[in-house]
Amino acid sequence: MPRLEVLKTYKIYIGGQFPRTESGRFYIVKNKKGVNLANVCLSSRKDFRDAVVAARGAFGGWAAKAAFNRGQILYRIAEMLEGRKAQFIDELIKQDSSAADAENEVNLCIERLIYYAGWCDKFQQLFGSINPVASSHFNFSVPEATGVVAAIAPQNTGLLGLVSVVAPIIAGGNSTVVLASESKPLCAVTFAEVLNSSDVPGGVVNILTGKPSELVKYFADHMDVNATVYCEKDGETQKLIKEKASLNVKRVVLYDKINWQSDEGQSPYFIMDTQEIKTTWHPIENIGGAKAGY
Amino acid sequence: MATRKNNTLKLSFETGWKYDPAPESKSSAKIDPRYELFINGKFEKPLSKKYFNTINPATEEKLSEVADANVADVNKAVKAARNAYDKVWKKMPPKERAKYIYRIARMIQERAREFSVIETLDGGKPIRESRDVDIPLVANHFFYYAGWADKLEYAFPNRTASPLGVAGQIIPWNFPLLMAAWKIAPALATGNTVVLKPAETTPLTALKLAEIIQEADLPPGVVNIITGAGATGAAIVNHPDINKIAFTGSTDVGKLIQRAVAGTNKKVTLELGGKAANIIFDDAPIDQAVEGIINGIFFNQGHVCCAGSRLFVQESVYKEVIRKLKDRLETLIVGDPMDKNTDVGAINSKQQLSNIHKYLKIGQQEGAEMYQSSCPLPSKGFFCRPTLFTGVSQSHRISQEEIFGPVLAIQSFRTDDEVIEKANNTPFGLSAGVWTDKGSKIFNLTTKMRAGVIWANTYNKFDPTSPFGGYKESGYGREGGLHGLSAYVNLT
Amino acid sequence: MTAEKTVSAIPDFRFTPSVDQVGVEERASRFTKRSIKTASKVSGLKLALNMIDLTTLEGKDTEGKVKQLCYKAQHLHDAYPGLPTVAAICVYPSMVSVAKKALGDSGVKVASVATAFPSGQAPRDVKIRDTKFAVNNGADEVDMVISRGRFLQGDYNFVFDEIAAIKEACGDARLKVILETGELGTYDKVRKASDIAMYAGADFIKTSTGKISPAATIPVTLVMLEAIRDFYYKTGKMIAMKPAGGISKSKLALHYLVMLKETLGDAWMNNHWFRFGASSLANDLLMQLMKDKTGVYQSGNYFSLD
Repeated sequence: MPRLEVLKTYKIYIGGQFPRTESGRFYIVKNKKGVNLANVCLSSRKDFRDAVVAARGAFGGWAAKAAFNRGQILYRIAEMLEGRKAQFIDELIKQDSSAADAENEVNLCIERLIYYAGWCDKFQQLFGSINPVASSHFNFSVPEATGVVAAIAPQNTGLLGLVSVVAPIIAGGNSTVVLASESKPLCAVTFAEVLNSSDVPGGVVNILTGKPSELVKYFADHMDVNATVYCEKDGETQKLIKEKASLNVKRVVLYDKINWQSDEGQSPYFIMDTQEIKTTWHPIENIGGAKAGY
Repeated sequence: MATRKNNTLKLSFETGWKYDPAPESKSSAKIDPRYELFINGKFEKPLSKKYFNTINPATEEKLSEVADANVADVNKAVKAARNAYDKVWKKMPPKERAKYIYRIARMIQERAREFSVIETLDGGKPIRESRDVDIPLVANHFFYYAGWADKLEYAFPNRTASPLGVAGQIIPWNFPLLMAAWKIAPALATGNTVVLKPAETTPLTALKLAEIIQEADLPPGVVNIITGAGATGAAIVNHPDINKIAFTGSTDVGKLIQRAVAGTNKKVTLELGGKAANIIFDDAPIDQAVEGIINGIFFNQGHVCCAGSRLFVQESVYKEVIRKLKDRLETLIVGDPMDKNTDVGAINSKQQLSNIHKYLKIGQQEGAEMYQSSCPLPSKGFFCRPTLFTGVSQSHRISQEEIFGPVLAIQSFRTDDEVIEKANNTPFGLSAGVWTDKGSKIFNLTTKMRAGVIWANTYNKFDPTSPFGGYKESGYGREGGLHGLSAYVNLT
Repeated sequence: MTAEKTVSAIPDFRFTPSVDQVGVEERASRFTKRSIKTASKVSGLKLALNMIDLTTLEGKDTEGKVKQLCYKAQHLHDAYPGLPTVAAICVYPSMVSVAKKALGDSGVKVASVATAFPSGQAPRDVKIRDTKFAVNNGADEVDMVISRGRFLQGDYNFVFDEIAAIKEACGDARLKVILETGELGTYDKVRKASDIAMYAGADFIKTSTGKISPAATIPVTLVMLEAIRDFYYKTGKMIAMKPAGGISKSKLALHYLVMLKETLGDAWMNNHWFRFGASSLANDLLMQLMKDKTGVYQSGNYFSLD
């Protein structure tokens, strides 16, 4: 008698836990042929609210971690992904990728994570500055994480878009709530399992599945979210996001022209999109030396 | 010899030796009775045919009248800017752009006295500040950005910077010419053209700048300066042929602008309000900290978005700091902004004065203890005594809302944790101050403050090379320094 | 006097308040931005004249020189009626009796440097004898120097005890304690030395001997005035201030008065509580006063050099 396969329950990922949506709702993910692949959580605005609370709680600790340490953790994510490559390829194929494309996508995700792992302790050097002010002060500017970033992952890929958006956000020390591709959510949930086993503190990345059309408003109007990332060309939605963002002067980042498959899909400038520049002043004592005493 | 119980000790600053009036001469300031709109290199009558008065807030006397630009005027200015962008400015070799900006910087230096006087007459700030702070910084800002024009390929590693097009810039009344410089200089250096609107209560120095721009032979239309109130600003924000909006002003208006441009591709930078914490630890250099507190809240009558308007004093030095503050308050000279000895000038407008008075009432109603210096106030004009509120908590409105006046809300604190939490407990995030002699504590605090500019053992310092701008509801984007360039470029 | 000392406990001088150099210099420069015009200028110039310790401290000082200076002290510029005298004549101990006699009952005080001025590198008993000699010869005020070497070694108790011992030797004479700020190196040290001097019994604290550069500056004086203010609030006892050396121009003197007015206020605005240690300042003040009176710029030839 053939062994009965154990089917996976696709849950969401909030604060390092895998709850079901509080709403109890789900939707059925199908492939192009109409075959049911899984029942996936149809996350609600309350799930989003809970995820923001988790992200806010995790933000301080994550931002304060040594940049080197964040780099190691991102690298660890890549390692874990490499180890579970087969599962991701399998899920991508289920969601209509060719075998070659699926393997290519997973490889690219691993490369991308390593790329950003390397940036964690370098972009500050590139984008920070020492400012030669005219008065007797030491003055420097450094990038700092903007806070909690709510992101709606690119909808056309199952894994690459999600990884490409999340990696620069967390490389820079932000925490995030990310909404997976509505039609291809399986890898997102599996990716949450990878995150959960790769030293990423709970709450730094929270992954929801569901409908952007339902949740986008909350991603843009939540008063404890500092930035919103959106990747589709839909002008009406972009406008909605920008309008709602004005409630608390959120930063809005639009990646609607990026080809994530190509090299333009990765850049330290993406890290800078969710960074603030902080400038610090301190007096420089000037006693003795070339100047005539005090 | 005076030997009294020290709780009754008080220094008297009412001395027999007084300073006589030392007014700066107005002779260097040529103010025309009427100013037109500066469009396409010429001063043009407004299509609106309307003008409004600008007054001296220290005397309430009319200084001049300026054109009130309507939508048609804004159209005209944007058209000129677009034309100049397409036909001249974007094609000009960067080093030539640089030379124009250098020229403007030099001409401002030459006419610094005149600018200082007009800035003070029109805005009410003490002549000492216009002369020693505003105008030198204006010239330096142009000079700094001039040098960037032909070096942009070094500013953005692995990227090519190109200009955005026409920038619409709306600036506030607290640092009228300085804010114009902060907006115009980086825009020109990066190859954009400009439509700038100064605030309606302080339009004169921007119009004098237009004269310099004309004199400097800047190609017509590269900089257009149009005057008006909120409606003019709205017309700029909503104009379809503007590529970039740069706004400095209140958070409320900033939010409206962010909303208004939502359906467009306009790039926006906002420099909005603040409610900065200025934190004094018990190991601080106390006398310099007191000076920093004074400079933090009474500089420019407190009309400063990054003003240190929330003071946190560690309880072990609380009494000492308050006593020293009160002594220092007594030596602040409030009055005629044109007097070289004036420390605190006129409140910018009647409306702003009544807003400040509203908060003074609120503070008292909330049960905070109000202390004001005993200085006499002039009988005419808009003036407010430097004011301290003690016994304040985070829940008081006076410690939550931006007052934009010489009003300080003082709270005590006990531990580092507590003050970090309270300092960040605000929707704003523009600036903060930290005073302690301990280096490691400074860096702990400067790292934990969620704000864009942190002054440690100093306050309210500005420099063209130093990026300025906020976190959270204090806005986004930076002005000044290398980082100020990104607001005006596309990167490919 | 002894009762005042008990007003507050002696602090631990290792922990005196810190001073930020850039901040204190910024504040100091603000005083120099005050514009002193017309009547306030005239009264300021006269006040400054009245605060001068007219000084001669040279190896070649003689009776003749001191007598000439004492005459000048009482007759600054007879062409300008109604001028005040200077506050005091400041001389070496050997010249005290000469000065005392020459000044008679003019009200001009005799101040004498003592304690192995200017270096202070002598044993304590010698310093005490030096002090007593000056006082016994009629000095109203004694300008002592602190032992900077011991201070910089961290021997604060030694410095404190020495000042206290000299104070005792002074009897009724007022004691000015010279910190020689130019040798202390930082404002923190100036503040610390000021506190030690005041708690040890100084009546005045004074910046400099005039033999070391830099001598008095506005920021260094500000640090000391702030120390005086803090001491006053802690103990109720007023301490006088004397910047000395390097103040030779009227404008600078007026800036010192601005600083005094805005730091300590009215009670200190007289020559009991504030002095300028200077020799050439008097003539510059006189020239400015005459310029104001006559409306024309003055020449040094019209003002006596003694």
